[in-house]
Amino acid sequence: MTNNNPSVMIQANNLSKNFSGMHALKGASLSVERGEVVCLIGPSGSGKSTFLRCIHGLEKPDGGEVYLEGKLLDPKNKEEYRALRNKMGFVFQHFNLFPNLTVLENCTFAQMQVLKRTQEEATENALSYLGKVGLLEKKDSYPNNLSGGQKQRVAIARALCMNPEIMLFDEPTSALDPEMIKEVLEVIQELAAQGMTMIVVTHEMGFARKVGTKIVFLEAGHVIEEANSEEFFTAPKSDRAKEFLSKVIYD
Amino acid sequence: MDKVLTGENMMFLLQGAGISLALALGALLIGMVIGVLMAAGRISKHKIFNILCGTYVEVLRGTPMLLQIMFFYLGIPVLIRMMTGVRVRMDVYVVALVALSLNSGAYQAELFRSGIQGVDKGQWEACETLGIGYWPMMLKIILPQAFKRIVPPLVSEFITLIKDSSLASCIGTSELMYNAQVLGAHYYDYLTPLLIAGVVYLCMTLVISWLAHKLERRLAVSD
Ligand SMILES: Nc1ncnc2c1ncn2[C@@H]1O[C@H](COP(=O)(O)OP(=O)(O)O)[C@@H](O)[C@H]1O
Ligand SMILES: [Mg+2]
Repeated sequence: MTNNNPSVMIQANNLSKNFSGMHALKGASLSVERGEVVCLIGPSGSGKSTFLRCIHGLEKPDGGEVYLEGKLLDPKNKEEYRALRNKMGFVFQHFNLFPNLTVLENCTFAQMQVLKRTQEEATENALSYLGKVGLLEKKDSYPNNLSGGQKQRVAIARALCMNPEIMLFDEPTSALDPEMIKEVLEVIQELAAQGMTMIVVTHEMGFARKVGTKIVFLEAGHVIEEANSEEFFTAPKSDRAKEFLSKVIYD
Repeated sequence: MDKVLTGENMMFLLQGAGISLALALGALLIGMVIGVLMAAGRISKHKIFNILCGTYVEVLRGTPMLLQIMFFYLGIPVLIRMMTGVRVRMDVYVVALVALSLNSGAYQAELFRSGIQGVDKGQWEACETLGIGYWPMMLKIILPQAFKRIVPPLVSEFITLIKDSSLASCIGTSELMYNAQVLGAHYYDYLTPLLIAGVVYLCMTLVISWLAHKLERRLAVSD
């Protein structure tokens, strides 16, 4: 079975995930069109990360399926599965940069290994993305000598170097000191402005409202509400979302 | 007592020390290759690999090194004769190196396994999301990080090997311990050669600890 609407980038149907008896995700669905910025929000422990990780395949869902550009992500079909997953970039809350490689090497290693680019091509590409996130001068530093905000920007550049069709962010600013959140959100916003398709798990409601085109609200492993972002923030339909929004502060 | 203390005898002991060091270093390096492979086998999800590697590690860590050396020197030739009818005589140096390497491989497998599994889960996941394959990931990302944590126990392993290489004296490998015994028997004076051998062992292990300390400081640079 394939999904043939060409503007649909990702279609996740009825994903569920158990962690030894603990139901983290209970049949969550989501569809992302090309160029959309979907923000996944909800209380902590509601299954946002699990949802995002199941979409990517970092967690193997127990039920449901994910289509990328109409093609089923099926681990049994190894070659295609790998090729499809390589179209997704992933940014982690804790950056997960390689501490034994310099910033530049962090950005070139996978390009050379996976995309078989030459050192020169990979370097040129990496430098252009490091420039875009404003970290050209840090190219020879090791990750542990960078601030949190700088690490996350490198992580974004590293993911972009692989030319993804869609970027997945799991709370990209939650591990950052407050004064560094803005520099990272600006990079993501700039990406959105350039038309990158994205799914962003975030607690930054101001960002979700401004940059998000669609909001998906999760609670206890269920998608409670899905709406375009202005609608969600001005007139949430569900009581759960109203309650959630009344508790969070945003500007 | 002073009869033992000739330049020639000192050279004889130092030659033995060279053999001890060479055996330990060889076993450390060969054991490292075995250790990495065994650790990969124990970590892998492949059932048969997993069981084979697990058995290897348990058997070699669970039996005395002295027995293992004897087994290779005396046991294996019997096996070969039973199977092929050929009489073979094992070279004591080869036996010592093989036995020490296999034994060290089992210990190093455990070092590498815990070192590899100690690398942050996020590193594996980052590789997964970038599409990096298993071996490039292992060689460039995981093992270098695991290695850093493994250096201190690996140094202990090297020191253990230097000391354990003395067990090879029982099959006549002419290393430091054996040579000390030879001198002792020749001059009816065991005290002096044993004391000197002890000092030489101690020097080797202390120098290694000191070098390791410098290496650790070097490796800590990117932290
Ligand atoms: N690897 C895991 N093992 C066990 N439980 C997990 C694991 N990952 C998540 N969970 C549980 O699943 C639920 C949802 O987690 P998560 O998706 O991380 O929520 P969120 O990202 O919305 O905070 C939580 O109760 C969490 O404890
Ligand atoms: Mg989370």
